[in-house]
Amino acid sequence: VFKRFVEIGRVAFISFGPHAGKLVAIVDVIDQNRALVDGPCSGVRRQAMPFKCMQLTDFVLKFPHSARQKCVRLAWEKENINEKWAATRWAKKIEAREKKAKMTDFDRYKVMKAKKMRNRIIKHEMKKLQKMASKKGKKPVKAEKPVKAEKPAKAKKSEKVQKAQKAQK
Amino acid sequence: MAGEKAAGEKKPAEKAPAKKKPSEKKPAEQKAGQKEGGEKKKRVRKHHASRNPVLARGIGRYSRSAMYARKALYKRKYTAPETKIEKKKKEKPRATITKPVGGDKNGGSRVVKIRKMPRYYPTEDVPRKLLSHGKKPFSQHKRRLRASITPGTVLILLTGRHRGKRVVFLKQLDTGLLLVTGPLAINRVPLRRAHQKFVIATSTKVNISGVKIPKHLTDAYFKKKRLRKPKHQEGEIFDTEKEKYEITEQRKTDQKAVDSQVLAQIKKVPQLRGYLRSTFCLSNGVYPHKLVF
Repeated sequence: VFKRFVEIGRVAFISFGPHAGKLVAIVDVIDQNRALVDGPCSGVRRQAMPFKCMQLTDFVLKFPHSARQKCVRLAWEKENINEKWAATRWAKKIEAREKKAKMTDFDRYKVMKAKKMRNRIIKHEMKKLQKMASKKGKKPVKAEKPVKAEKPAKAKKSEKVQKAQKAQK
Repeated sequence: MAGEKAAGEKKPAEKAPAKKKPSEKKPAEQKAGQKEGGEKKKRVRKHHASRNPVLARGIGRYSRSAMYARKALYKRKYTAPETKIEKKKKEKPRATITKPVGGDKNGGSRVVKIRKMPRYYPTEDVPRKLLSHGKKPFSQHKRRLRASITPGTVLILLTGRHRGKRVVFLKQLDTGLLLVTGPLAINRVPLRRAHQKFVIATSTKVNISGVKIPKHLTDAYFKKKRLRKPKHQEGEIFDTEKEKYEITEQRKTDQKAVDSQVLAQIKKVPQLRGYLRSTFCLSNGVYPHKLVF
């Protein structure tokens, strides 16, 4: 039922408070509600932090309890947590949310145009398939085409969205 | 001249030791006197010490009138040189005129005053206005412009017949209104004035630094014209007023001149033309306070 546990070395994401959005490693447990926490590579000083504001990630580091910051840092860098974190879907969703909030009016227009174009392409392919299906009844050819149609559409849309985001920056 | 004299005095004083000072001074003074014989009149006299001995601080021995006599101010009356205005003013305008009068036995002419006394004095004086401070007429007000609005910014108009349209800002006019253009070819907004308060400034900017805006585009150019010739006996007062607004040729030429330059810049940015063609609107889930413009 539970897959992520509070343990020494568990990397946690701070959801609210002064250090919101940063990653920390649990160094020791103080009592039922607090842990000694340290984030040498994410700019969080060694301090007590309530569990409530922490959200556990999938990463665990290897160091003994109450290890000093230097050890935590070594373990962190050895595991390359920062890069691994940036590659997770969780981090990507956060980044996408931030970008969306920062969109200017012009960016919103560009995204709207990109979405429209993408949907047109998809619709076009769907209509084609539907036409074929209605003409010739069920055929095995159906299974191949949707995948091909999705790919160029998705590629175009992601390109446009990336363009928009880049332009905005 | 006094400086010259002092220098003349100093030189012999420096050269000769203290003993010879008095003897040296005389010839030096004589020399100086001979040199500046012609210029004695112009030479500034050394100022006399105060002729009013002090009794206590702030109190002198002699009164004002005594000092007047002691300083011989009756001899020293100076006037400022006459200015050109005063010279002109001396030519007094004619106060009276002699006019011919008809009829015999009337003595041919009368002497008539040109500026006559007023024939009516109001019973109450016009009350003097209380002194006010810093109340300026509109023409002297300070015009402000939001920092987010710079030449070339894309603005969203919020009021007027062009509400929701995205428009390029050109410059601020003297009354503080913003001069704005569609451009006309893109969204049918001509060269027009917009009010700063009823406009959202986006962060999108067009590079307008090279665009020259004609100087005759001022507030007077854009002001609404109203014909007023009320002939009181005309039955239909409402029809004769300017109903239909006609676009003058000058407006068209000005529009073309400005727009051609602006359009050239707009075409350089991809998708900007389509952006200006679109209108701004809110829909479900879109909250203006959360939008970044």
